[in-house]
Amino acid sequence: MTNINMLKLNAVNSFYGKAHILNDISFSIEAGEVVSLLGRNGAGKTTTMKSIMQLVKPKDGTVHFLGKDITASPTHRVAKMGLGYVPEERRIFTDLTILENLEVGKQPARDGLIEWTIDILFDLFPNLKERRNNRGKELSGGEQQMLTIARTLMGNPKLLLLDEPSEGIAPVIVEQMAETILKLKKEGLPVLISEQNLHFARIVADRAIIIESGSRKFDGSFEELEAQPEIRDAYLSV
Amino acid sequence: MELIFAQVLTGLANAATLFLVASGLSLIFGVTRIVNFAHGSFYMLGAFIGYSLMQVLPGMFGFWFSVLLAGLAVGVIGVIVEICVLRPVYKAPELFQLVATFGVILVIQDLALLTWGAEDVLGPRAPGLKGIVRIFGEPVPKYDLAMIAITPFVLFGLWYLITKTRVGVLVRAATQDREMVGALGVNQAWLFTGVFFLGSAMAGLGGAIQLPKGGADLLMDFNILASIFVVVVIGGMGSLPGAYIAAVLISVLNVFGVSYLPSSTLVLMFVVMAVVLMVKPYGLLGREEVAGEHGQVGEPERPIKPAGPKVRLAVVVLLAALTLIPLFGSSFLSVLATDIIIFCLFAASLHFILGLGGLVSFGHAAFFGGGAYVAALMVSYANTPMELALLLAPLGAGLLAFIIGWVCMRLTGVYFAMLTLAFAQLLWSLVFQWDEFTGGDDGMVDIWPAKWLAGSTSYFYLTLILGVGGILFLRHVAHSPFGYALRASRDSSRQAEATGINTKRVQWLAFAFAGAMAGIAGGLFVFSKGSIFPTELEIARSFDALIVVFLGGVKTLSGAVVGGASLEYLKDQITRFEYWRITLGIIIIVVVILAPEGIVGTARKVGERLGWVREQEGLR
Ligand SMILES: Nc1ncnc2c1ncn2[C@@H]1O[C@H](COP(=O)(O)OP(=O)(O)O)[C@@H](O)[C@H]1O
Ligand SMILES: [Mg+2]
Repeated sequence: MTNINMLKLNAVNSFYGKAHILNDISFSIEAGEVVSLLGRNGAGKTTTMKSIMQLVKPKDGTVHFLGKDITASPTHRVAKMGLGYVPEERRIFTDLTILENLEVGKQPARDGLIEWTIDILFDLFPNLKERRNNRGKELSGGEQQMLTIARTLMGNPKLLLLDEPSEGIAPVIVEQMAETILKLKKEGLPVLISEQNLHFARIVADRAIIIESGSRKFDGSFEELEAQPEIRDAYLSV
Repeated sequence: MELIFAQVLTGLANAATLFLVASGLSLIFGVTRIVNFAHGSFYMLGAFIGYSLMQVLPGMFGFWFSVLLAGLAVGVIGVIVEICVLRPVYKAPELFQLVATFGVILVIQDLALLTWGAEDVLGPRAPGLKGIVRIFGEPVPKYDLAMIAITPFVLFGLWYLITKTRVGVLVRAATQDREMVGALGVNQAWLFTGVFFLGSAMAGLGGAIQLPKGGADLLMDFNILASIFVVVVIGGMGSLPGAYIAAVLISVLNVFGVSYLPSSTLVLMFVVMAVVLMVKPYGLLGREEVAGEHGQVGEPERPIKPAGPKVRLAVVVLLAALTLIPLFGSSFLSVLATDIIIFCLFAASLHFILGLGGLVSFGHAAFFGGGAYVAALMVSYANTPMELALLLAPLGAGLLAFIIGWVCMRLTGVYFAMLTLAFAQLLWSLVFQWDEFTGGDDGMVDIWPAKWLAGSTSYFYLTLILGVGGILFLRHVAHSPFGYALRASRDSSRQAEATGINTKRVQWLAFAFAGAMAGIAGGLFVFSKGSIFPTELEIARSFDALIVVFLGGVKTLSGAVVGGASLEYLKDQITRFEYWRITLGIIIIVVVILAPEGIVGTARKVGERLGWVREQEGLR
């Protein structure tokens, strides 16, 4: 299993109907790495996430997860293999309680990885514990965001896809969110996190990938990005 | 007082069957969003299969075992239907699948006829529960008491399954957002199949368990269909406790209706439904439906464009050919062509509101039949000349649609569809029961065209002019600013509102306009036949048009016309066979699976791929 990327996208092209959204997107993620996917609103971050999850089927190119070609596999199978997806719109089940939401995400433990139990997750997100029997619709935005992450962790993912977790939540919660991601990193869980906020990305991530209009414009460390301020100015809103 | 108590018990016993069957429908709809018209057929199969099993399994044990087995067997049949017919069309736009389930009804009808014959069968009495007990001196069948006792356990069992088990949690999650459930690693295909099994099994159980009370016959499927839809809608789509409350409400009211106001029985439940929906637009315990929240919006619409030269030429050639029919064809052919044109206009009017307006009506026959009855009544009672009657038909139907539309506009989606169905049923039963005025079941006869149009040939030309004119007029309006506003309201009501369109009013006017156009078809119909019967107002008539619009292709007006012509012609051809239903059913299912965008939509796609049709041109 040495030298196999956790996740590898090779020249992925995705469409909505006839609109060509992703152009030859390629990158890879190694074990234990936290990678940020940066770009402005509409750059194609969500579409990239969806193309990995096969919620959008790439018309061209391949996605490999743990060395296996998952392009065109059904989404549920991709999730079963260990790709955990936290969508941007959160999409918690508002009619279900917190505990029930967690139940939906539950998958068997995987060899050699920690098993996320409800207790561990409640330690990680103490707010959820207090409100465990509340329905999703009764939660605040920040609580909903935590619930989506906890729900996905219940599936004991080998790689986590986080789509703009800091979007639309209070600054205090954003800080909490950053701490959480760092904790996950400490557990050795690789994360692909999409962000518009460079500051937040720099705190949690090891590496930055920048996309604009569905094309990859940069892939490297934050130091390298620092050295090229013109890239930052061109593709990120400051 | 004693009598009232006994009547409540009868109502509760009737509610048992209704609840069993309706809860299955509610479950299936809640999770899969499929409006399963074939649910009544599953109920019928449960009755017949239960009956056959009871012939071989003796005694009390045999009886109840047969009931259970019938449920299981129907569950398996439901799974077969789900896998073979529905899986291929899950991705289709919402409500399209109902056409496939309509095909399933037809297939099951003939299969039941083949297997059990046309005779009604009398259900065996339940061993050990024959006879009556006296409660406050009133006789109550023991079996009724058994049914009343069983239902709460079934309700509890289902409730437990749905609220307390992992499967239930997944089912409820999928009810809300199935794509997300899939993204969390759950294979929703099997979840759907499981729900279909359970839902169908409930229908089968319901059919078998009511055998001692009602027996089995080939009309059971349609007879229960309206009631279970009403129950599910009153209770709130997807809500089990709601279905139970609604079943009890309807059944008990019905028992009282039978005793105290017999003429009310046909409409009672529809009145209740209309009242409930006007007060609670999502039923007693239902939750709000948000359009597209289930990931079923379908491909974005292409902008509609005027027809290109090729298409125009084709239409002209077709019209020329039609004009020549009476000259070269038989008078039989003229009559058939008249029928087809009338039906096409009817279907096109439904398309206007369904395809362009995005409002699915299950009761469009109200305006077709309404127009026909307006004309017939005017001729019979006021000696109105045909020409004037033909003008009053659309006015009357339009007015009717204007009023009904005003009430229905508050609802959306399936609830809207069901409320239109309720009003159509109301109108039907009004006509059916008001013998002295409308002739009731015997209909109204001797409504012939004016002298100068007597004979199939001249009447054919009148139909050709008015029918084709009507269809072209619908098309013209679709391309007018009003048509654009209507489509804007369908696609994005918020944006449409922002540009100053009053979406509800636009839809309401469109509904009235579509009703008026259906009224023209109805007027033409009544003079072509010389008579009119309440069947023209029936659910089946509305469904015919609905199926045609879906089969032809929702997105194009030509779809409704092509679909209408195909179905009417096909029916004329195959109803001569003994087992025509199974043939038609299979054809419908195959078309639905092979051409999920309808005949015209799919033909255009194929044409584009082969380069025969330019993309911009299309067959609008
Ligand atoms: N469902 C959709 N249909 C059509 N176009 C879409 C859809 N979703 C997103 N887009 C378009 O795709 C592009 C990329 O969007 P997205 O991946 O959501 O960007 P980001 O997540 O970086 O903000 C945008 O131009 C957006 O308008
Ligand atoms: Mg995004």
